[in-house]
Parts: sequence; C-alpha cells; structure tokens
Amino acid sequence: MIRRILIRVAAVLVTLLIAISIAFALGRLSGDPTASILGPMATEGQRADLRAELGLDQPLLLQYFDYLGGIFTGDLGNSLQFYQPNLTMILDRVPFTLQLVGAGMLIAIVIGVPLGVLAATREGSWWDRAASALALLGQSIPVFWLGMMLVLLFAVQWGLLPAGQSGSVQHLVLPALTMSLYPMAHVARLTRATMSDVLREPYIDAARARGLSAGSIVWKHAFKNASLPVLTIVVLQAGTLLSGAVAVEYVYAWPGLGQLALQAIQFRDFPLVQAIVVFGAITFVLLNQLVDLLHALIDPRVR
Amino acid sequence: MTEAIAALDEVTPRRIRTKRARTSVFWLSLPLLAIAATVVILPLTGLLPDPNAQDLDNTLAPPVWLAGGTWEHPLGTGKLGQDILSQMVAGGRLTLFIGVVGALVAIGPGTLIGVVAGYYRGWVDIVISRLIDAQLALPFILIALAIIANRGNSLPVLFLVLALTGWAPCARVTRSVAMEVRERQFVMGLRAAGASEPRIVFRHIIPNLIGTVVALGSLQVGTAILVESALSFLGMGVLPPDVSWGAMLSAGQDVLTNAWWVALFPGIAITSVVLLVNLLGDALLTHNDPRKRKR
Repeated sequence: MIRRILIRVAAVLVTLLIAISIAFALGRLSGDPTASILGPMATEGQRADLRAELGLDQPLLLQYFDYLGGIFTGDLGNSLQFYQPNLTMILDRVPFTLQLVGAGMLIAIVIGVPLGVLAATREGSWWDRAASALALLGQSIPVFWLGMMLVLLFAVQWGLLPAGQSGSVQHLVLPALTMSLYPMAHVARLTRATMSDVLREPYIDAARARGLSAGSIVWKHAFKNASLPVLTIVVLQAGTLLSGAVAVEYVYAWPGLGQLALQAIQFRDFPLVQAIVVFGAITFVLLNQLVDLLHALIDPRVR
Repeated sequence: MTEAIAALDEVTPRRIRTKRARTSVFWLSLPLLAIAATVVILPLTGLLPDPNAQDLDNTLAPPVWLAGGTWEHPLGTGKLGQDILSQMVAGGRLTLFIGVVGALVAIGPGTLIGVVAGYYRGWVDIVISRLIDAQLALPFILIALAIIANRGNSLPVLFLVLALTGWAPCARVTRSVAMEVRERQFVMGLRAAGASEPRIVFRHIIPNLIGTVVALGSLQVGTAILVESALSFLGMGVLPPDVSWGAMLSAGQDVLTNAWWVALFPGIAITSVVLLVNLLGDALLTHNDPRKRKR
C-alpha cells in the first residue's frame, strides 16, 4: 500500500516537473525580453542592467534551478508589466475565474446529468436524440462565437442581460451559460453511456424482479453506480476550463485569470505567462489526484 | 459457445438499428463535407469579387434578404465593404487547409509516440506516459498564445502549435490500442518466427491501428479548426490579408451590434464543418471499436 502511494506521488511530481520545465522553456523561447521591455531606444548598458536585475545574465541551468526553487517556496516571480509578484496578481483574479467555472459547471451538471439519464432510460426516444444533439453541438460550436451570439440576442436585441464585465449575478448569467455548453455536452454524453451500461447489469433486472419502482431503480441503484465516471469528468472538465475561460473572459470582459493571461501575452510579459501556465498545470494535476482520492472514498473496489 | 452468442448478437434488432443509424450518419456527413470542400476549392475567384477588395460606399451592407441588401453582395459586406460571400469561400479554403494539415501534424507524431509506448512498454512507456500527462495538464491555449507571441504569426508556427497541443490525446489512445494489439496471438507468432521488432511495429501493429488513427484524425480536424478560430479570434492566428473563418469572427466582433451578419455566417460555417467531422470521426471510431459496436 505504502509502496503504491509512493509510486503515485513520484509520478505526480514527475508530471509536474515536466510541465513546469515546459513552462520555463516557453519563457526562455522569447530570447531577450529586455528589448521589448525597454523599447528600441534603450542603450546596451540599460539592457545589461535590466538583464542583471531579472537574473537573465546567469547561466541557464542556474536560472532553471532558481525558478524551480521559487515555485517550491510559492514564489512565481514578478511581472515585467505590473511590477508586482505574479502570485498575488493570479490570486486576485482566481475568485472571478472560479465563479465563472463554478457557475458553468453547475449549469452543465443540472442540465447534462438528467438529460443523460433520460436518454439512457429511453434509448432511441426524443430525449435520447436531444442528448446526442446537445453532445455533438457542444463539441462543435466555437465557445467565443456562442458568447457573441448570446450577447447579440440577450443584451443587444432584447436588452435582458448585461453584455460584459462583472459585479452582479446578472453579469454572471451569459458568461456562465457560454462556459457551460462544452462540459454539458461531455457530462450528458458520459452520463448516457455509463447509465446505459449500468442498466444492463443483472442486478438491475433483479431489482426490477423484486418489484422496485422505476424511479428507485434508476436513481438509487443505477445512477449511484454511474455517478463515479460522471464525477470524474466533472472535475477533469473543471481543470481544462481554464483554456476555455480565456476566450469567454475575452468576449465578456470578465476580469479573471484568462483575461490576465491575455494581457500578459499582449505585453510579452513572459514571467507572468509562465506563472499562469504553472499555476494552471498544478491546479489540473491536483484536481486529477482529487478525483482518484474521491474514487477511493466512494468505491471500495478502487482502494 | 461464445461465437454462437456473438452470432446471435449479430441479428438482434438493436444492433441492426444502431448499425443502420451509424452508416447513415457516415453517408450523410461524408458527402456534405465533400461538397463543402469542393465549394471552397473550386476556382470561383473569377465569379466572386476579391475577398479583400474594399467597397467603401457599401460598408456593412446587409444580406440580400434584408432591407437594403443587394445581389451584388448576397451575404452583405464587412467593415471596409469586403464581400462576405467571397470571404467565406476564401476563408473556408484556408480554414479547411489548416484543419487537415493541423490534424496530420498532430496525428503523425502522436501515433508513432503512442505505438512506441504501447508496444515497447517498460521505461519507454513510463517516460512517454509522464510526458503525455504533463502535456495534457498544461492549459493549451496559453501555450499556443505564448508560442505565437514569441515566434510571430505564420502558418508554420500555427502548425507547430497544433502539433504540440494535439499529439498527446492521440498518443494516449494509440498507446492503449497498441498495448491491446501486441497481446494478440499473431504478434506472438511473429515474434516466435523471428520477425524484427521494427518490422512487427511498422508492418503489423500500425496497420492494425489505421482505423483508429483515421477516426482520431477526423476528430482532430475539428479540433484544429476550433483552435485556429480561437487563436485568430484573439488576434494570434491568421492575419489580414489572409482570410479564415476565425479571422472573420474576430472582425465581426467589432461590429456585432450594428452588423451581426459579419460574425454570424463564419460561425455557422465553423460549427457545421466541425459538427460534420465530429460525426464522421465518431462513426468511424465506433465502427473500429468492437466493444462499442455491440451497443
């Protein structure tokens, strides 16, 4: 058991190390950032000073270990553009992105799960077709275009909801709805697939033979067993939503992490880009581990 | 006994029904895609105005069926009076090209890496699996944006980005299929007969994966088109004078409130093409997966 846990922890650490190294390489790809920071009028002396200040005159390997050491002590470097610690700025934005991702996931679950269950219990019915259509559409629509069209209808045409920025629940509705379609498609699709598998298990026939009501069979017996993969996809989708958040936050001028990342990229603020990538990767890997832990807690067979 | 059961499975009504549905999906999406490809590839430039030609007397003209629309610009015009229809055709050409090449550059290395990991197992597999996990953990759109910000916007850089962000999911699937194929009896037979490892991999394992790879490739075309459109939308993909559907969406956002048609048509085009490729990919994937085929 302990051996298994150790192997697990090692694998996670290696994955993180590789991801962090890729992020580091990404930051160094740009060559000399001092040219873009100081502009074309700067003298070579000024550039050299800035390079020294940023630690870029050190050997690459030393920079790498410095950077790794920083991450372990919670130091993600400073932004070139805002002159602030990257971590502080990231943490300032995280609540906004969390709101967006959380609300989006909630909508995805509230619509996706019942739709998937209905589709599985009534295979070939209109519910089933609706679930398939939703699953396909959700994976095919460009998220930001959906956002634009929702703005056009609900904000411009009907004036029901604000078109952008944050501050109230009304401001959250459109971005969260936009955000929810992609995970909703996955949730509905997976719920349908696992439920239709579970419903073919012999114990479901047994429950039916004992005269249990259809509702009790579907929700208490079948869905309980189908919920594990659904839970997995929910958490994993939440991890990948950072990528989706970039476009959605851009469309709605939502002040989250994605917006910060875009600003950083536009200003060639590579320390900040790097920090956000590292932050995203760590969050994703930890969420993955959380899923496995939850599996072990819910399903004794996994332990 | 099991064969007899399998034979019975063959004739159950559900199987026949789903098989028919799948085949019809396949035969529906393939010709529609072919039509879309033909339309954008045909040399229609003689019939249509130059997609970049500016008609400053006719900026943001509405489509023909709305008040003020003319047959001169059936789908209306953009901010500088560019004809939306010819932009759709020219943009479609570049978008589909990026989709197909973007899928190939991701699927090629992805398949090879996946097969090597799945076939050789051992430490090679351990290293590759960690790499796949690490790649999947990174927020890909940020990676893509960072690389493009560094290297500049150009088609080769775009393909590099699509390859870097697309190989991992493909490698993960081909790895598991290769792992399953290597345990089949004919592979053991080949090994016992003294066939060399590269020969087994290239002549026997990979051909057995072709179906899966084609299906993955089809799905990857959809992903590549979506990635391109997102990057172009954020101003980091295709830039003028080149036109792609994603770049058209980006132009459409600026004029969304007074000229919705600029953003509507390319969005519908992207959604329909990606939908069709996904349908095709799903049908192919189900066809190649005996486990799913039984459903």
